[in-house]
Amino acid sequence: MTVTEQAAPARTHASTLTATDVVVEFPVGRGQKVHAVSGVSLEVPPGTTLGILGESGCGKSTIGRALIQLPPPDSGSVRLGDLELTELGSRDLRRARARMQIIMQDPVSALNPRRKVKDLVWEGRSIWGHDGETPKDVLVDDMLRSVGLDPDAVRDKHPHELSGGQCQRVCIARALMMDPEVLICDEPVSSLDVSVQAQILNLLETSARSFGLSMVFIAHDVSVVKNISDQVMVMYLGKACEVVPSDEMHRTSVHPYTRLLLASIPGEPQDHPHAQQVSVELPSPLDPPSGCRFRTRCPIATDRCAAEEPRMREIAPGHTVACHHVAVGADE
Amino acid sequence: MTAPLLEVDDLHTTFRTPRGAMRAVDGVSLSLAAGETLGIVGESGSGKSVLGRTIMGLITNGPATQVTGSVRLAGVDVHGVKQARRRELWGTTVAMVFQDPMTSLNPVKRVGLHLTESLRLHRGLSKGAARERAVELLRQVGIPEPARRAGQYPHELSGGMRQRVVIAMALACDPQLLIADEPTTALDVTVQKQILDLLQSLAERLDMATILVSHDLGTVAGRTDRVAVMYAGRVAESAATDAVFGTPRHPYSQALIESIPSIESRPHSLLATIEGSPPNMLAPPAGCRFAARCRYAVDRCRVEAPALEPRGAAAGSVVACHFPLTAPLQHQRQEVGA
Ligand SMILES: Nc1ncnc2c1ncn2[C@@H]1O[C@H](COP(=O)(O)OP(=O)(O)OP(=O)(O)O)[C@@H](O)[C@H]1O
Ligand SMILES: Nc1ncnc2c1ncn2[C@@H]1O[C@H](COP(=O)(O)OP(=O)(O)OP(=O)(O)O)[C@@H](O)[C@H]1O
Ligand code: SF4
Ligand code: SF4
Ligand SMILES: [Mg+2]
Ligand SMILES: [Mg+2]
Repeated sequence: MTVTEQAAPARTHASTLTATDVVVEFPVGRGQKVHAVSGVSLEVPPGTTLGILGESGCGKSTIGRALIQLPPPDSGSVRLGDLELTELGSRDLRRARARMQIIMQDPVSALNPRRKVKDLVWEGRSIWGHDGETPKDVLVDDMLRSVGLDPDAVRDKHPHELSGGQCQRVCIARALMMDPEVLICDEPVSSLDVSVQAQILNLLETSARSFGLSMVFIAHDVSVVKNISDQVMVMYLGKACEVVPSDEMHRTSVHPYTRLLLASIPGEPQDHPHAQQVSVELPSPLDPPSGCRFRTRCPIATDRCAAEEPRMREIAPGHTVACHHVAVGADE
Repeated sequence: MTAPLLEVDDLHTTFRTPRGAMRAVDGVSLSLAAGETLGIVGESGSGKSVLGRTIMGLITNGPATQVTGSVRLAGVDVHGVKQARRRELWGTTVAMVFQDPMTSLNPVKRVGLHLTESLRLHRGLSKGAARERAVELLRQVGIPEPARRAGQYPHELSGGMRQRVVIAMALACDPQLLIADEPTTALDVTVQKQILDLLQSLAERLDMATILVSHDLGTVAGRTDRVAVMYAGRVAESAATDAVFGTPRHPYSQALIESIPSIESRPHSLLATIEGSPPNMLAPPAGCRFAARCRYAVDRCRVEAPALEPRGAAAGSVVACHFPLTAPLQHQRQEVGA
């Protein structure tokens, strides 16, 4: 492996990231609004990874960005340890944001094309000033090495001179340079080639371990999310359907939507009774279905599903699900 | 034995660029029988799309492009005939579905018109008959309320629906061969599965041969009879799909399969990686094109390019490697971990 374990700071201040009942809506004119995230709660204990799965438009990026208050949620709470982020003034918020770094899907456009790699990696730190003993150049080189880049080869290059995978490594180096507690990865490998995806996933995995990071890992590929996460949250149309320990999730998850996702993995048999879907039409986030938002595609929906919204309830340790009828389904 | 539907022989597609000759497809041979399904996989830039478009005859010899070798499709030498004859093949003998449905749809034309136009042109149907057939085609590809949808514009449809329309367009004139180039990459997994299932069942029902191009191995596994793995403009290995996934013989196929996380693997396990990057196709290396990244490479690999040969395996199985692998994947995986 190309990842070295040096430069790992001893972590003393790790905190749990907690979000409660987060709501984010986007007004789109004519009194209408997109219900992007509608009351999502989550918890990421220090040093663990929470995966977020769901199809396009279900609110994965929106919740990821709400965690770092970009923009702050319309209602609900986001806490890092004891710190309530939604109530911070702009100065304190900037300080708090530095503890949470984000990695985006398109690494090339995430980097300023006119800056050199060494400056990009140092950018965040330069804002806070550098008061340590070790010279800046040494720190940058160490960090480049720890993300698997050869400092001599890339230090003075611009982003367009690097491959997509190398740019994503630079983004990761930049984030790690801030010594964050939480890394939010929004589809970090979706734009990369298959053979490069594995390299970046391994880098995130080993970095999380050696830097003692918590991660929120957003993607739409079930196997990728499962592989890197401790717990997986499945979202549908702005709501969480199920939170399940990743280990055996392909066997233990019970929500009809999670089962549909699992059955959609190429080569997986469709043997679960909930794996069929009723409709291919996705409902509009402007006017989501009443009750359970999944009901228009759910094979076991009943009248109750239209009338009453299912609440999240715990069915096993660390495993919660929002469905009126999973107890029935689980026995089948 | 009858002649295969498609026969590609030593095909080269070279683009003349300001920086030199870009050998996008560099000596590909393959064949496909009527009703058969072939998957083409390989990473970005390996030449999959250029191969598909050259087979189709969308890329031909010209001032900026050189095509050598031959493509025979239903007995017609695609690159030997006049453009007018080539056009006659499109729609009726061969049709193509691209990754982004909007590239095939005209935003200011209603869905129905996309279908009726070619039905009237190629099939000589009357206006009424073409309209009826168009609605029937939309129904076939699983579009609910096809008559109403036919009156809508492309932007009023979801991505999955648009891709269904494009598939319906491709099927309108009963082609013998359908080339689907990453037909589901832009779609959600649940929709992806529906579209691939749809293609598969239509191909079976209409006895249509299919080439399914994808960078995603999972997409072709279980859906194709045979797979060709492409690397740097060439076929690295081609064999029955089960054989490639169970006992890959080319080190590149092996590495590619190993680098994909499986739903069965334990969380936090590290993936096998292929270090380095594919060669620059403006100046490809002399020997084996995978040598710089191959864990089994020896000196001979760097000077002598391996030919695509059967090398002792089952009929129809060929590999371009001096030292083909023989053990099933599970064994190989353990060796890597050791
Ligand atoms: N700034 C915005 N203004 C209006 N609507 C928005 C805005 N940002 C997001 N949305 C909408 O909110 C919903 C959730 O979007 P979001 O980007 O969070 O989805 P996602 O799960 O990340 O999807 P993808 O997998 O495509 O990235 C979508 O319907 C989207 O169109
Ligand atoms: N018109 C062109 N002129 C010059 N080079 C081209 C042209 N079209 C394609 N290429 C080059 O040919 C090579 C093969 O391209 P191709 O599109 O076939 O790759 P691919 O395997 O389909 O990749 P992807 O998975 O990204 O679609 C690439 O390096 C590409 O840049
Ligand atoms: S609550 Fe009803 S509609 Fe929703 S997932 Fe459960 S059974 Fe299906
Ligand atoms: S010919 Fe040599 S370098 Fe090429 S794949 Fe085979 S072993 Fe590897
Ligand atoms: Mg997103
Ligand atoms: Mg392509």
